[in-house]
Amino acid sequence: MTIKIAQISCGTEYSGIQSEIENAAATVGGKMVYPDVSYEEITRAVDDFGFDPVSPQLKLMIARAKALADGHYDADAVFIASCFRCAEGALVRNEVRRYLQEHARLPVVTYSFTERLKAAQLLTRMEALVTIVAKKELLARERQVGLTAGIDSGSSTTKAMILRDNEIIGKSWTPTGEVIGSAQEVLDEALEEAGVKFNDLEGIGVTGYGRFLIGRKLDANLIQEELTTNSKGAVWLADRQRGEATIIDIGGMDNKAITVRDGIPDNFTMGGICAGASGRFLEMVSKRLRVEITELGALADKGDWSKVNMNSYCSVFGIQDLVTSLAAGHTIEDVAAAACHSVAEQVYEQQLQEIDVRRPIIQVGGTSLISGLVTAVGEMVGSEPIVPENSQYIGAAGGALLSSGFLEGQ
Amino acid sequence: MKIFIMPPNSLILYDLVERFGHQPLSVMGTLRERVSGREMESPPLNVTPADVTKGLKYAGIEVPSGIRGRMAVWGPMIDEAEAAIIMHDTPFTFGCVGCHRTNLLLMHLIRKKKIPTIEVNYPEDEEEGKIMVSKIKTFLEGLK
Repeated sequence: MTIKIAQISCGTEYSGIQSEIENAAATVGGKMVYPDVSYEEITRAVDDFGFDPVSPQLKLMIARAKALADGHYDADAVFIASCFRCAEGALVRNEVRRYLQEHARLPVVTYSFTERLKAAQLLTRMEALVTIVAKKELLARERQVGLTAGIDSGSSTTKAMILRDNEIIGKSWTPTGEVIGSAQEVLDEALEEAGVKFNDLEGIGVTGYGRFLIGRKLDANLIQEELTTNSKGAVWLADRQRGEATIIDIGGMDNKAITVRDGIPDNFTMGGICAGASGRFLEMVSKRLRVEITELGALADKGDWSKVNMNSYCSVFGIQDLVTSLAAGHTIEDVAAAACHSVAEQVYEQQLQEIDVRRPIIQVGGTSLISGLVTAVGEMVGSEPIVPENSQYIGAAGGALLSSGFLEGQ
Repeated sequence: MKIFIMPPNSLILYDLVERFGHQPLSVMGTLRERVSGREMESPPLNVTPADVTKGLKYAGIEVPSGIRGRMAVWGPMIDEAEAAIIMHDTPFTFGCVGCHRTNLLLMHLIRKKKIPTIEVNYPEDEEEGKIMVSKIKTFLEGLK
């Protein structure tokens, strides 16, 4: 089954990246399609939409979105893209995304690109779109059955979790080193805590950057990108499987903001251009403050971010701000609070503007254990995020939950 | 003379330039050469990321890649142009580059070059159409 992903974009051909988009889709079993519209339809669509951009290709984007929403063109998912730094393109991209979410029940992902875009950067997003369509029934699973393991091979840490009949019975994590070795280590430890053997496992689900390598090695029955897997893990851990929610996962290397309806993602963004907006920056801050990363959140909670000028749009300059602030006599509490605020601010400005935030907000991933960062995100979005127990294990929990979906009926 | 036409893919302007004995610098020819004259590295238009970098000659790095990619195609034609015809307020079916920011930059570069240029409006009716063709004819015949 080929999943049809409608491309609604401006500038991809002239940026030399159209083939990269098509390659990414083909790699995960998708096919880019382009809704056909006539000249009259473009004029009518722009009138109906109420936004008349000057650039003709943006008019075409609106008409294509309308053709999808009106059911005149058949597609399974939507990829909306425009050039990075184009204000007119960004406005249309965002309004078209909102329009489609209101008028069509199709999973949507938005992207702003440069000429440096490579297929690999889009793989996770395309895979998630395809997964949402092709594995709808699997993603609807709310309860884990049998004995299964989940492994999340992240850029910073590797996690494993063992579930039996919807209960956590073992878990472990370690900083990611050699991919297979780290996965084996956490799996062995989690199995030991659970008191079960590897051969007892009825299913294994693997996610994260190292998923293909580990999945092949362990003969996993589920190898899946982290956007859908983490979403399932997050709503399962937070016991919010029904209704709407927004999941914020500030990772070691990239950040994800995902809106879900009944536990299934319908819109997501994934950022990863700047280390200044990631957990990696907070690790650097801890190191420079000579405190453990586990202590940073509590320190930040005692500080006042507004006393320190920190714009960590670049991790290097962010650390420079930090050094300057310390030299000016600011306390490490204030500096820690400013670092958390800076990361939260960037996630708010870069990721959360690309989706429509739905309450409740569930904050997950290793960085959700840094209380100062959770406080900062809460201040930014105007409501306190839910941080479920074991929030750093979302990927592993999601992997174990979803892999159990293959057991029933065996 | 080599005449740059704006919009650069207007068939009507192309025809007028050719009819009055000049060489139209057209995007059709440039894109045809790109698509058929070499292996397809970057379909559909074969504008490669390397071309987008060449567009830096006309627009800085902070300018969106789609504009720089378009400038990589049309910028060299302006460099080559000895005269130009700019038509304003055209419907996009008349020919367009897809991006209004690129239009603005192209027009600016033409004017900055200070080559003989005629600027006309898209005609609203037949009478205006005749006047426009007549103006362009006079302009083209006057070029040496």
